[in-house]
Amino acid sequence: MSDIDLKHIARLSRLHLTDEEIRYFQTQVAQILAFVDKLKEVDVKDVEPTSHPLALQNVFREDTVVPSLAIEEFLKKSPRARGRFFEVPKIIEDNA
Amino acid sequence: MELNQLTAYQLAELYQKNGCTQKDAVDSLKKAIETKDRDARQIHAYVTAENLSPRHRKAEKTSKPSLWGVPIAIKDNICVEGEEITCGSKILKGFVSPYNATVIEKLLNAGAIVLGRTNMDEFAFGSSCETSCYGPTRNPRDPERVPGGSSGGSAAAVADHTAIAALGSDTGGSIRQPAAFCGVVGMKPTYGRVSRYGLIAFASSLDQIGPITKDVRDNAMILNAIAGYDTKDSSSANVPVPDYMEFLGKSIKGMKIGKPKEYFAAGLGGETEKIINQSIDKLKSLGAEIVDVSLPHTSYSVNVYYIVAPSEASSNLARFDGVRFGFRDKSAKTLLEMYENSRGQGFGAEVKRRIILGTYSLSSGYYDAYYLKAMKVRTKIKDDFDQAFKKVDAIVTPTAPSPAFKLGEKTTNPLEMYLSDIYTISANLAGVPAISLPCGLASKLPIGIQFMGKPFDEGNLYKLAHAFEQAK
Repeated sequence: MSDIDLKHIARLSRLHLTDEEIRYFQTQVAQILAFVDKLKEVDVKDVEPTSHPLALQNVFREDTVVPSLAIEEFLKKSPRARGRFFEVPKIIEDNA
Repeated sequence: MELNQLTAYQLAELYQKNGCTQKDAVDSLKKAIETKDRDARQIHAYVTAENLSPRHRKAEKTSKPSLWGVPIAIKDNICVEGEEITCGSKILKGFVSPYNATVIEKLLNAGAIVLGRTNMDEFAFGSSCETSCYGPTRNPRDPERVPGGSSGGSAAAVADHTAIAALGSDTGGSIRQPAAFCGVVGMKPTYGRVSRYGLIAFASSLDQIGPITKDVRDNAMILNAIAGYDTKDSSSANVPVPDYMEFLGKSIKGMKIGKPKEYFAAGLGGETEKIINQSIDKLKSLGAEIVDVSLPHTSYSVNVYYIVAPSEASSNLARFDGVRFGFRDKSAKTLLEMYENSRGQGFGAEVKRRIILGTYSLSSGYYDAYYLKAMKVRTKIKDDFDQAFKKVDAIVTPTAPSPAFKLGEKTTNPLEMYLSDIYTISANLAGVPAISLPCGLASKLPIGIQFMGKPFDEGNLYKLAHAFEQAK
């Protein structure tokens, strides 16, 4: 359990962790996972998983247009927007 | 008595007699919030005591006591149009909500006044209200101690009379445990009872919004207003909402109440156990029948929760990426760097810990062993409740294993902190309603008793809780 590759998990989480944070979390996460390992004791053969407490099936609604907030309202919330778009650092190489 | 010290119902009765105006009530609360924000106890129930802009809508005064004119404080994870909402996190600082949550719409339509945002653990991840980017909230009953969490600000405000009543949210006990620690009443309704539209999601299969109030009657009055089906929340249930006030003042004679042996096993002890047992005797004297029941998978609930909740949270929190709202590291050169740095700088330690845990449980090669396994054990926990509710009308347990602990006492050991929710988590996993109310004091600190009920049977929980409360 102590061999969790925290750097890999942090990358999957798109989360920058400092070396200090990695050391700090390494022990704690290992302890928590050792604790949840107790679930191995439970026999769940032929048991269906519960992802949700209600017996809901797919919930559909009519495919009709209803009023919503203007795009500008949402763009205003962005740290950086231009025109009708959210702006992010360049993702396509010049020579691509 | 000052207006801020009234219950919601008492204030509503005063309005009926034209004994005060809405402005009187709002002014009384504003004064209490501002004064108490500066006092030496540093309770800090609100994220800010400044710019308290009450929201209300013109509504016809009702002919009997109602929420008309009643100010209600809102946890900082429920959207109020035009108000900053942060979830106690740096990553959302400055974000102003563009719309109202459904519960806010319902409160405003009922004539209530929305006043103030209460402090919380960052993204509701916590049991002590110590992880907010605004700093901790303290327990008004003893400022050396935590108010509980994550709705610690809401519970502290109600207990300290800086709120008449408040809304909180509960994913693993976040309404009930702070209500117990602060000596107030907190209800986590059935999963699906209250719309979560406009609640910033933590763990979507567990989250519910509910009222935190000074007494049971206020709680029923607020749930009346906020419960019900909402097309904007596909997980809300299309089940009729009774008038919860109708359940108050009724006898509980003959009501069958289950006492699950697993909740009274190792771990519980001392004064908490003594007070809970005295409370159970009180239920008997009120005519209730106490029945021994078993919820055999109880001891696995915390284990299941700390797989399910962080997994769902890691997915829900993916939206905080610095692109569309919230904090962005503007110095980042690449998109990946922008995501990683914005999240790395914007989130606090407990949030990062849970994102890591959740991502690990969901990651390739571990999904079956952790997340899938936890979902299967969750089925067993839910089955336990289904079996127990064939025999009894409600279940009685302590709300928390101990009274409020001291600030800093559990911050270095997350596992110990997680275990303070041991009695509340099962209700979220099974989706059943549960209420906590004060039942006594252990060395001057409030102890909470919890009643859990059948799905959509909040009415009988109010009946039981009200009878218990009134019998004091």
